[in-house]
Amino acid sequence: MIVSRQTILAGGISSRSVAVFLCGVLGLGILTLAGNVQAASLHNAAHDVRHANGFACH
Amino acid sequence: MILKTVTGGIVAGAAAGLFAGLLQLAFVQPVLLHAELYESGQLVHFGAETPAALATWPGIDPARDGLSLLFSMLVYTGYGLLLTAAIMLSRDEGSWISWREGLVWGVCGFIAAHLAPAYSLPPEVPGVAYVDVGPRQAWWAATIAATAAALWLLAFARRPWAPLLAVALLAAPHVIGAPQPDSFEGPVPPELAALFAARALGTGLAAWAALGVAVALLGRGQSTDNR
Repeated sequence: MIVSRQTILAGGISSRSVAVFLCGVLGLGILTLAGNVQAASLHNAAHDVRHANGFACH
Repeated sequence: MILKTVTGGIVAGAAAGLFAGLLQLAFVQPVLLHAELYESGQLVHFGAETPAALATWPGIDPARDGLSLLFSMLVYTGYGLLLTAAIMLSRDEGSWISWREGLVWGVCGFIAAHLAPAYSLPPEVPGVAYVDVGPRQAWWAATIAATAAALWLLAFARRPWAPLLAVALLAAPHVIGAPQPDSFEGPVPPELAALFAARALGTGLAAWAALGVAVALLGRGQSTDNR
């Protein structure tokens, strides 16, 4: 496979760049909240999932 | 097109997360609950009595297990979005991957997100000895990032030095070493801890394989309407 240059539309940024950025930010945000934030309520709710997925829990 | 792509990643992630959550309830949660009996002192390893190794099925706790399913779906939605972003970056605009390629992407995601950190920081059963959570989270995140970068270099970079850099990135987190406790003091039998780690990793592999296939199938819609 070849990594290609993305098409830059006349407006400037390609729609793919926007999609990659959106997916990246959303994905990292969700993982931080569900997996890493130590607030007690979040920690307790996500406790078993954090252990089962190898996150550092306590 | 953007909305479709993001939605594809979210739906694929939620579906894979539900699959992962059900597998965990069946195979991982019983081990975790068994370990918690030792963590809380209800069972004592090498105590006056010798507890039976075989645990009875703990049953379903609707609130606790429901939350676990929900958070499993959330976690895998995060993974699904990141996987979608990486696949988009690797492709020509307007093309997408087959489900077989998705399977390979999923297994690589498992290697980066689960197997690599587990090599030095195995999935912890409740009650084992550990150090502060902050340094472990930092090491965990750095290891995932380094491993993902290494896999990307191996798959897509064409420079002669790329494989060497990839091997260095794969090895570095483990040469540096994960934060480890000064002493082992967990009350949980090592047999349970080993089973927990193995079950957690096996479940992760199955769920990531499903995630890769799901992202491949659901993201396909974006290939024609991206103008």
